Amino acid sequence: MKIDPIHQFNIEPLFTIGHIGNHTIAFTNSSLYMLVAVAIISLLMLASGTQLVPGRLQSVAEISYEFVASTIRSTAGSEGMKFFPLIFSLFMFICVSNLVGIIPYTFTVSSHLIVTVGLALLVFFTVLIYGVAKNGLKFFSIFVPHGVPGYILPLVMFIEILSFFLRPVSHSIRLFANMLAGHIALKVFAGFVAMLGFSLGAVGWVGGVLPLALTIALYALEILVAFLQAYVFAILTCIYLNDAIHPGH
Amino acid sequence: MAESHGGAKGPAAGAHTEADGGHHGGGFPPFESSTFASQLVSLAIFFVLLYVIVSKLALPKVGGAIEARQNKIEGDLTEAQKLKDQSEAALKAYESELAAARTRAQAIGNESRDKANAQADAERKALEEQLAAKLAGAEKTIASTRATAMSNVRGIAADAAGQIVQQLTGVVPDAASVNAAVDASLKG
Repeated sequence: MKIDPIHQFNIEPLFTIGHIGNHTIAFTNSSLYMLVAVAIISLLMLASGTQLVPGRLQSVAEISYEFVASTIRSTAGSEGMKFFPLIFSLFMFICVSNLVGIIPYTFTVSSHLIVTVGLALLVFFTVLIYGVAKNGLKFFSIFVPHGVPGYILPLVMFIEILSFFLRPVSHSIRLFANMLAGHIALKVFAGFVAMLGFSLGAVGWVGGVLPLALTIALYALEILVAFLQAYVFAILTCIYLNDAIHPGH
Repeated sequence: MAESHGGAKGPAAGAHTEADGGHHGGGFPPFESSTFASQLVSLAIFFVLLYVIVSKLALPKVGGAIEARQNKIEGDLTEAQKLKDQSEAALKAYESELAAARTRAQAIGNESRDKANAQADAERKALEEQLAAKLAGAEKTIASTRATAMSNVRGIAADAAGQIVQQLTGVVPDAASVNAAVDASLKG
């Protein structure tokens, strides 16, 4: 038995939607899981009643709402609430697709760099366009920190500008790498169990207890990571937006 | 998924994976640039769809529910505060009423006790005066009686003295000298 931890990331076209230039645009398994995530979020948020005393589903919806809202308020201030729909969509989309992706035999949307790059660039251009539209040239004062002596200011400015343009890179790779690595590790450890069992027989199945325990522990960790990476992505978005809203800080 | 093809097929799984790899150009799936366009287009479609659903439907609905609850809780709290204030005011009114009634009762008690005392005093004084008057009358009677008796005693003593002198000497004494002798002896 061969462990193939990469196979789970394959993109399988299900049917073709159309063509852009010479690219074939297909509805893939990735598209399907994006649709699943959107459907789950919509179901959670819309089918969950508006009772005065909330039920379980409504509690989850309201906790998600309050959680994202308080994250924005604490990092970007109440002006950041303008971006509540965006950040809520980002957080829920990543969180739900990550959690769905943990279920064995499913596909993880955010394990593909192009998806996380797409989301990170969306945030980057939102920050850039909103920042310039709201503050004009004052927006670029985020590159000039206060209280820095004149002689090292050019160096600091260079670093600030570089880090600003590297933001979408770190923003997207953090999420992508976490999901990719987690799923590969899970697949490798889970594969050990089967490999030991099939190659060594009874002894192998007994020996497989160790990697099985590791798989379970790793699985629990991955559930945490799935949520945590969505939270990190959302909070970084808030912090970047805070620059656009209050460039003086 | 490897598991879905693995186990049962055994050696075939490797071949299958290789065939799959061939199909995708043999690379690492996340870096397969041929799939980027499809993924970006689906991401754009579904993320915009999600954004519209979230901003137009989901957040107003859930936010509205939370706000409605907040308003209800605040309304209930103000209502409770109002009722509490009312009950406290009623309690205060009851207590002041009770205190007033208590002072009034005390005043009435004091007043009636004073009145009773005054009446008793007056009656006692009248009785004492009456008794004093009676006593004075009695004393006067006693004094006049005694004076009368004393004057009678003097007359009797003078007569007796005159008689005694007459019996002893045979001479009727002079009344004035007898009286003077009796007076002297009475003063004695």
